[in-house]
Amino acid sequence: MTGFDIIINNLPVLTVVIPLIAGFLTTITGWIDRRLCWYWVMLTMFIVVLITSSNLLTVINSGTIYYHLGGWKPPFGIEYVIDLLNGFVCIIIAFIGLMVAIYSKESVKKELPGKTIPFYSIFLLLITGLMGMTITGDIFNFYVFLEISSLTAYALIAMGDRGDGLVASFNYLIMGTVAASFILLGIGYLYAVTGTLNMADMQNILPDIYGSKVVLAALAFFMAGFSIKIGLFPLHAWLPDAYTHAPSTASALIAGLMTKVGVYAMIRFMFSVFTPAFVIDITRMTEILTWAAALAIIMGSVFAIAQSDIKRMLAYSSISQIGYILLGVGLVNVIGMQGGLLHILNHAFMKCALFLVAGAIFYRTGIRNIHQFQGLGKKMPVTTIVFLIAALSMIGVPGTVGFTSKWYLALGSIEAGQWIFVLVILVSSLLNIVYFWRIFDNIWFGNPHEKEHIKRDEAPLTMLVPMVILAFLCIFFGFFAYYPLHYILEPLSNTLLGIMP
Amino acid sequence: MVTETIELITPVLAVLVSLVASVLILASGKYPNIREGWTFLAAFTKFGLVMSMLPLILDGKIITYTIVEMLPNLPIAFKVDAFGMLFAIVASFLWIIVSSYSIGYMRTLKEHAQTRYYFCFAIALSSALGIAFSANLVTLFLFYELLTISTYPLVAHIETPEAISAGRKYLAYLMIAGVFLLFATLVVYHYTGTTEFAFGGIAGLELLPKTMLTILFAAFMIGCAKAAFMPLHAWLPAAMIAPTPVSALLHAVAVVKAGVFTAVRIILYVFGVDLMQASNLWLYMAYFVSITIILASVYAMRQNNLKRRLAYSTVSQLSYVVLGALLITPHGITGGMLHIPYHAFMKITLFMCAGALIVTANKENISEMNGIARQMPITMLAFTVGALGMIGMPPVGGYITKWFLLLGAAELDNMILIAVLLVSAVLNAAYFFPVIYVAFFKKPDHELEYKEAPLTMLVPIVITALISILIGVWPDAPGMFLDIVNIAVANVTGGV
Repeated sequence: MTGFDIIINNLPVLTVVIPLIAGFLTTITGWIDRRLCWYWVMLTMFIVVLITSSNLLTVINSGTIYYHLGGWKPPFGIEYVIDLLNGFVCIIIAFIGLMVAIYSKESVKKELPGKTIPFYSIFLLLITGLMGMTITGDIFNFYVFLEISSLTAYALIAMGDRGDGLVASFNYLIMGTVAASFILLGIGYLYAVTGTLNMADMQNILPDIYGSKVVLAALAFFMAGFSIKIGLFPLHAWLPDAYTHAPSTASALIAGLMTKVGVYAMIRFMFSVFTPAFVIDITRMTEILTWAAALAIIMGSVFAIAQSDIKRMLAYSSISQIGYILLGVGLVNVIGMQGGLLHILNHAFMKCALFLVAGAIFYRTGIRNIHQFQGLGKKMPVTTIVFLIAALSMIGVPGTVGFTSKWYLALGSIEAGQWIFVLVILVSSLLNIVYFWRIFDNIWFGNPHEKEHIKRDEAPLTMLVPMVILAFLCIFFGFFAYYPLHYILEPLSNTLLGIMP
Repeated sequence: MVTETIELITPVLAVLVSLVASVLILASGKYPNIREGWTFLAAFTKFGLVMSMLPLILDGKIITYTIVEMLPNLPIAFKVDAFGMLFAIVASFLWIIVSSYSIGYMRTLKEHAQTRYYFCFAIALSSALGIAFSANLVTLFLFYELLTISTYPLVAHIETPEAISAGRKYLAYLMIAGVFLLFATLVVYHYTGTTEFAFGGIAGLELLPKTMLTILFAAFMIGCAKAAFMPLHAWLPAAMIAPTPVSALLHAVAVVKAGVFTAVRIILYVFGVDLMQASNLWLYMAYFVSITIILASVYAMRQNNLKRRLAYSTVSQLSYVVLGALLITPHGITGGMLHIPYHAFMKITLFMCAGALIVTANKENISEMNGIARQMPITMLAFTVGALGMIGMPPVGGYITKWFLLLGAAELDNMILIAVLLVSAVLNAAYFFPVIYVAFFKKPDHELEYKEAPLTMLVPIVITALISILIGVWPDAPGMFLDIVNIAVANVTGGV
């Protein structure tokens, strides 16, 4: 067996191992020369993107990948399973990670002087945690990675605004630990009744004991735990502070990825640890989820309107957008499910772009209050146009990614006979207009005479490139959503819901 | 009737021309002459591309092009038929005219942010053509929203708090309308599995329960708030705060006509003549728009600001188009469709005259215009031509569309609608004659010397005024609007 074969055969585990090792090696690179850290992280993320793409292609072409860690067969060893769902999520993590990594150069230099090395090290460990959570087929291993990603996220947030960052991080720490405890309890309960930690095994064993109160309690614990982790309204209280006070780069990363992976885990547990029959018919968990999601969609947007700090506004908007994803999943029909899953991708693009823009504006002007954005259109034309595209996408203007998922979600709601959710989705897009348009007005309109004197002072190139790429993708997938839908999401939704196409 | 379909990329190019131009305009913002050069080049190219498709359309063919399958079974596609052609010709031809006028207007008034102005104008024109050529509701919705967004900066152009709040009003009405349109599109797609326009209406809609059908129709019509039906009209007078060329091309032609165009598309190509008749929806809606026709004219009489008076007149006239389509008789539909180009030429003349008055004499209110015709005889003559057309006096074009509409109403033996049309003509006279009287016959407050607007503005005014007369004296010229409308009417009524 050549070295190349070894790499190819071990690609699934490399998605986790590479950022893990690279994360520790960052200290050494930083010790040689602090400036090397950025190149090191970029290189790592680039390799991870390649690996995850290759994994996803393999899954699309030849079906699910099963990888046994250390050659130990389940249920004794840990199994990594890559199917369409986590192949899809992994590539999003890797890609957004790469974008944020490119962006981080100047931002970290300015916002976190002296903390460059720990920042990049933790950055890669966070990616490790998220990748591990996504890729693993073993629920205890899942918990381990959940803790890795949580701890690193607390650390990243604590690096942010002096004082506030620490408080936000501490709040998040408490809430996150409560959530993790719930999840651990759930895992313990399931282990007690099934005697296995392997997800696929569990799914086979569980249907016989669905009557058991222990299983019910486990589901309740999982849902409660994940709801806190993803900031589902009204369990969102930690989220706005954490997103607002984290360093710009960390906000983009955490907002773009953390909650998505939480949602992924929720879907995974509902449909691949339990069965569709259990969550849809027996416990009606999905129905509860749709109503919670609808509430989150509306309340998140309403709170967003009340904010004047752009990062806090975006944080509330995230709460609302997570609702979109869950609504789609909870509708449990193929169309709605596709909409929800597609929104994982779409929201990652849009929200990451928006947080990057917020960071770039903060980098150049030190302003986060949207009422002080006057004249920015002239000062930072490219940045503000990226903002425009991403915000229009959030509103759901056709021709952007936001429209495609909105279309599917609304259509899925009609299909489910839930007209009220159609109303929720449409009203929410109007609320989005309200809170984004006032920023447009501030950026481009008002005081035409003062604007004459504003000089162009654009963000550095390393910041612009990822923003522009994300904005481009917001439009590209607005027109070419056919590809992810046809090749990934449609078969995936059928599998998740247990429908044979 | 079997129609031949040809696949041709021309409609895509026609839409793209001004999008490309918008980028070039932005890039050459520092050099005003080059920037305006792009606008002209794009306007002529666009018109040329549109006209190149006309012979095929007159031949009874249809041009299609699918750009991309956005979502499975949901393509972004163009389909050029006679009705779409009608709107496209009007919009692209008048863009040339208004571009010249814009240069005169914007430079004389030394307006700020002219690059943004031309940039948004070009995008708005792309959207208008996109709407004209849309093959299905989703494509139409895409351009409908793009039109709203791209015209917002034009409405809020002067950036005073007043203009911004007018812009917000504009946005609020049109975006909420967009949501209704999206909802209706979703419902159509859910029940029929397609959103593509068809000559007899989309098959499958007739199976919907009556209540659902009514809700659907109502949602569609609210979605067409760009057509400024009362009580969804308030955005239009508010939008008059924009520079006059914007009011002229966008708020007398492109945006509002996109609204009525969409309304007619929905009435005739989504619901279809048969379903409209069977469900009796045409009658309710016809009475509904009749209220707008009468009431808007009454409002118009009360306006002292000339542009606002014209705006209310537009509100009233737009409903003629929709009323025509609702009459669902060949004559009625002919009248309605024909009113799109006819009203466009007459109203744009009127608006450009109002703009000339602002630029040259600095007068916006009718009460200040005593004897203004002595200073600007050509402008006021053109104004009179437009006004006579609105009232429906030969030889200016307006009488022809009114005649067709009356014929349509008479065929249905509906005395109420006939009365509405007649009363409306009287009301039109009641708010246009005072302006003419004030301008020509009142004694000016002080001596006025002859001083017309710059030629870049005056020439466009004269051209559109002459065309308004031409389409009245020779409406059945080969290849002119009546020919195109006849094909469109034959399409939707099954070739009667």
